[in-house]
Amino acid sequence: MSMHQRRLDLKNGCVDLSHGAGGRAMAQLIAGLFHEAFGNEWLARGNDQSAFDVAAGRMVMTTDGYVVSPLFFPGGNIGSLAVHGTVNDIAMAGAKPLYLSASFIIEEGFSFADLKRIADAMGQAARDAGIAIITGDTKVVERGKADGVFISTAGVGVVPDGLDLSADKARPGDRVLLSGSLGDHGVAIMSKRQNLTFDTEIVSDSASLHGLVADMVAAGGNGIRLMRDPTRGGLAATMNEIAQQSNLGFRLQEEAIPVKPAVAAACELLGLDPLHVANEGKLVAVVAPEVVGAVLAAMQAHPLGRDAAEIGEAVGDDHRFVQMATSFGGGRIVDWLSGEQLPRIC
Amino acid sequence: MKYADEFRDKELAMGLARAIRAKADPARAYRFMEFCGGHTHAIARYGLEDMLPDNVRMIHGPGCPVCVLPAGRIDMAIALATRPEVILCVYGDLMRVPGSRGSSLLKAKARGADIRMVYSTLDAIALAEQNPGREIVFFAIGFETTTPPTAVMIRAAEKKRLTNFSVFCNHVLTPPAMRAILDSDTPIEIDGFVGPAHVSTVIGTEPYAPFARDDGKPVVIAGFEPLDMMQAILMLIEQVNDGRHEVENQYRRAVTGRGNGRAIREMAEIFELREEFEWRGLGSIPSSALKLRPAFAHLDAELRFAMSERVVADNPACECPAILRGLKKPVDCKLFGTACTPETPVGSCMVSSEGACAAHWTYGRFRDHQRRLAS
Repeated sequence: MSMHQRRLDLKNGCVDLSHGAGGRAMAQLIAGLFHEAFGNEWLARGNDQSAFDVAAGRMVMTTDGYVVSPLFFPGGNIGSLAVHGTVNDIAMAGAKPLYLSASFIIEEGFSFADLKRIADAMGQAARDAGIAIITGDTKVVERGKADGVFISTAGVGVVPDGLDLSADKARPGDRVLLSGSLGDHGVAIMSKRQNLTFDTEIVSDSASLHGLVADMVAAGGNGIRLMRDPTRGGLAATMNEIAQQSNLGFRLQEEAIPVKPAVAAACELLGLDPLHVANEGKLVAVVAPEVVGAVLAAMQAHPLGRDAAEIGEAVGDDHRFVQMATSFGGGRIVDWLSGEQLPRIC
Repeated sequence: MKYADEFRDKELAMGLARAIRAKADPARAYRFMEFCGGHTHAIARYGLEDMLPDNVRMIHGPGCPVCVLPAGRIDMAIALATRPEVILCVYGDLMRVPGSRGSSLLKAKARGADIRMVYSTLDAIALAEQNPGREIVFFAIGFETTTPPTAVMIRAAEKKRLTNFSVFCNHVLTPPAMRAILDSDTPIEIDGFVGPAHVSTVIGTEPYAPFARDDGKPVVIAGFEPLDMMQAILMLIEQVNDGRHEVENQYRRAVTGRGNGRAIREMAEIFELREEFEWRGLGSIPSSALKLRPAFAHLDAELRFAMSERVVADNPACECPAILRGLKKPVDCKLFGTACTPETPVGSCMVSSEGACAAHWTYGRFRDHQRRLAS
């Protein structure tokens, strides 16, 4: 018996509890909105899982959750951010990202139009990155039990033969490279927070970095010790993590660290340190001195690494301090952020 | 960044550093207290200590309002925020300030208290308008710098005839705290003060005259930029060398002798002195804090909710009292870096990033390490 069913009202409709109940409404949401946005052969088969061929070599897997507020911000939305963030976690192993999963927890009453914008941005970001979102899940919770939509992802990728990047591999004398200016994502988000309205031309740097990583790996190979994307906690947290894992210290040069004037001004106003502010399209690489020139040149030749700079070096230090020569002429520690600077930045 | 980078210029800094080295007499020590947390932060963030000779030492004073707020007042605020009808509005840096027995506003919020972080006093007014069925309480804190914005908020609440709005007032005053440090039982070792920047834009330079005249201490009011600090230190060294003790104004681009008359009048109309007030690390200081005048009693949260004063003893092992008076350094405290860190602050100086211990922990610790290596 064929059933007549109304099409999803993508213009004025909204998610209700039936869209998470496993019935026809849910099937319609998945087919009419998510499959439409992500469109690929795996989803088209409609299974609870997706089968794919395993590539030769070592694989990497990662998982991530996205709760950013607001959901839409200059330079992206929670959907594009979820793809970029997951791709970057894979890419920091030097790996080529292949497949993603996406799970949505949606608050009752969330509009189809906003959900479609988010799903479309995810689909676009995945296509741009040359990957596919091949499995997913949808849950709906009562009003007030979530904030619009939360997304969790998993991702897999494959590491080129012979490459082994890891944050315990830095050695004294290694150089620190940063792919571009700090703090753009955090400041873009802040400028749109309800209680913090200020105008800025700053847009989030949210981007997939695997293309930049591939060029760097081609130029530096295993001369690259490790890469990290300085997201929450900013560059300061990333450098301290690496110092802990590699059991050494770092000496950074403040003058060499790029920060856009508008970001610096916003941080000044809000009492933030750009070194603590989140990024979603930047990476830090620690590289052997022999390859620093080649890797830096490869970064600067890539659109996402145009402003790349050498910002410091690894030093032997049992205390694992991250020190910085200030542009004023003094010295200081770059410590972890204490407490929460900004909740729900990604 | 325009209007800021000009005051962070490396070449000018090097010139001032050379002048300081040339003027500082190697035969004597210069111990200057920067009263304000903003100055402490600038010293740490720009690494000014590296640019001063060994015999010029900066002592970090108590001018961080979050740091000196006693645990009892935090406990009072937590009790208030736990009432179901109350929305407590606070500045973000108050959230982690420890109350008694490891409590904090952050933990109270996690357990369900409705505590909102605001960036402006007017955000609290907006919340009161949006939530007519709730009681909005603003946790007012700070020295003379943040008192005028609280006054503006109180005027706005009056004008809008808000009936669901009140203020938990914890405003404190700078000159009485400086007086308490100078009059402390233990002899202090301070050769001069770097005077407050923002506070002085409000109160002017005149209130510091007694410290120069009666106590013989040079005072140089300085801006919060690193070049301001360097110049002020040079001016203090010159005063000490000349045997002068005057109030000088390095921060002339913002500070006048009499201050901001309108702000002073507003404060005087709305607030009056408390007989005494407890300061974390310094104890009870007479006439050192403000409360609302009786004409504004209906906006005073302490009266509106019949809040009772709570006094919590500071941890006896904590050296904050001696550190705030310049008698000890953070590393002289047994708790520093062990029981007391920025994540788990015990004493006032570790509470905010502007506190002496937190600044040393965050920005200066490696110097202890270097000194140990050198010796």
